[in-house]
Amino acid sequence: MKKLFALIAAALPAFAFAAGGNVHLDEHRTDLHDKASLQRGAQTYMNYCMGCHSLEHSRYNRVAKDLDIPEDLMMENMVFTNQKIGELMTNAMRKEDGKTWFGATPPDLTLVARVRRPDWLYTYLRSFYEDPKRPWGVNNAVFKDVGMPHVLADLQGRQVKGTAQVAVGYDTLTGQEITEERDGVLYLAEEGQLSAKEYDKLVFDLVNFLTYVAEPIATERQRLGWWVLGFLAIFLIPVYLLNKEYWKDVK
Amino acid sequence: MSKLNALMGWVDDRLPVTQTYEKHMSKYYAPKNFNFWYFFGVLSMLMLVNQILSGIWLTMNYVPSAEGAFASVEYIMRDVQWGWLIRYMHSTGATFFFIAIYLHMMRALLYGSYQKPRELIWIFGMFLYLALMAEAFMGYVLPWGQMSYWGAQVIISLFGVIPFGIGEALTEWIRGDFLISGATLNRFFALHVIAVPLVIVMLVVLHLLALHEVGSNNPDGIDIKKLKDEEGKPLDGIPFHPYYTVHDMVGIVVFLMVFCTVMFFFPEGNGFMLEYANFEPANGLKTPEHIAPVWYFGAFYSILRAFPDKAAGVIAMGAAIAILFVLPWLDRSPVRSWRYKGWISKIFIVVFAIAFVILTWLGTQPATGPNTLMARIGTVIYFAFFLLMPVYTRIEKTKPVPERVTGGH
Repeated sequence: MKKLFALIAAALPAFAFAAGGNVHLDEHRTDLHDKASLQRGAQTYMNYCMGCHSLEHSRYNRVAKDLDIPEDLMMENMVFTNQKIGELMTNAMRKEDGKTWFGATPPDLTLVARVRRPDWLYTYLRSFYEDPKRPWGVNNAVFKDVGMPHVLADLQGRQVKGTAQVAVGYDTLTGQEITEERDGVLYLAEEGQLSAKEYDKLVFDLVNFLTYVAEPIATERQRLGWWVLGFLAIFLIPVYLLNKEYWKDVK
Repeated sequence: MSKLNALMGWVDDRLPVTQTYEKHMSKYYAPKNFNFWYFFGVLSMLMLVNQILSGIWLTMNYVPSAEGAFASVEYIMRDVQWGWLIRYMHSTGATFFFIAIYLHMMRALLYGSYQKPRELIWIFGMFLYLALMAEAFMGYVLPWGQMSYWGAQVIISLFGVIPFGIGEALTEWIRGDFLISGATLNRFFALHVIAVPLVIVMLVVLHLLALHEVGSNNPDGIDIKKLKDEEGKPLDGIPFHPYYTVHDMVGIVVFLMVFCTVMFFFPEGNGFMLEYANFEPANGLKTPEHIAPVWYFGAFYSILRAFPDKAAGVIAMGAAIAILFVLPWLDRSPVRSWRYKGWISKIFIVVFAIAFVILTWLGTQPATGPNTLMARIGTVIYFAFFLLMPVYTRIEKTKPVPERVTGGH
């Protein structure tokens, strides 16, 4: 019986793998109401991503307003160009330069969370591994041969692909983790400035922010939705009674 | 009040307002046994109005150019006050328009509303459906995302299968360029916002005039004008206004609740209404891995892909739509409603509806081995339903149709 459980536990990730297309994606539990997370995500974005990836459909003051960031703080800590608060969040990189440096122009990321989906981004940013054959010395398990360098490498540490012990389930009797040696898995060879947990959190916040910026109205849209549905539900009562009143003499 | 009546009289002497109102509303006698299926006509109208109103407001900020289109949509979503709501009303409205239309058509199939003397109503309806498909297709190109571009590329290239160099010339003429470009976008904008909507509105008028000339069908498929009272009113008829106006209001509010649930909570429709890849700007140099139509074209796209040969697929897809036009002459049954048709008709109509839903689903999925096989089976069922109809509707035993309508109130 115990063996059977272990077998099922081992098989589960394999199923998830099959369902997700080519690569298994980790779930990103997006929380657009967590303002602190969104603020941290915005900060990470401005410091690590904005140099190459613009958010050209979004405006600084909209982000400041939605994320409860005072405008002067926003200007001081998050706007590194000589732009004004009401401007679109573009950067100074010329498209041709980007193409020369990376092989492809770094795309604008305003809508990336709507194109790729949060789960993909969350997994992608945690799936860089060392690969000396690539120009920047890194490859990515989710996006093969990606042109982008691992910008967050100092924070994450050295991740490599190889043979390692992987947790495949729990012993039902002792509660101990069952591990198994697997090939072709990603593991940390050397820790970076952040622990593995802290790094996951940083990426989580960053993806949370990208999800916000892809559709800044999302939370307001849902809030309003409840009011509209509430109104229609109440409006249905007199409409229904009116109908009943008229139809009572139809035989 | 008398002054108002005098004014009305003055107008009526010059324009038949009261007469028209009576003919189409207060003295238009509709069968009293309309059921759930009869909501979808008025709901289609509601969606048409929704599309026209939200569309007018969208054009105020949309920029119809290859350079500006994508950014202008995002501008509407972010910087235009309530722009996001107007855009979602329009994009969600497209989906609900098709839901209403498909159920409206299904109603006609179930109760034989296309049969004599309502052939013209059905034909106008089919032209409406055709115009609506053209309208939706061109509308989807306007945001100028990856699916806008590559969807247009796939669909326009279908005309290329016409031989003798005509196809190639035709595709070039439609695009206005050697490939999909700003020229294509601009003409689609013109057609989408004025030409096709005008056609649709005129066809709706014809559809309704033809309907009100012969009168509405009903779930029993009975001619209610046969039995009239001493005043000449059909015994089973009731004035459209106020009975069906208040009745339709209930349907409208319930429908709006479903509509608003999707619009406010699932505006992307899980990628079936606003495809994820369409949030990436159009790029003629980068072909997406999987080009899928929006859900409402799924069935016909499946039929297209069910054939290994492209030309055969295009012909089949065209035939799948064309065959609907001759439906009134395929049905040889002496009764209208499926309630009184034989069991072959009943089974066929249910299997057909299931096949259509499955084909719709398959059209949005990659054409892998088992999917293609299912699409082929679905295609066979789709055509068998129509092509065998003259046979099975004639040979099967029908049930006697009652004198008066049943059910309802």
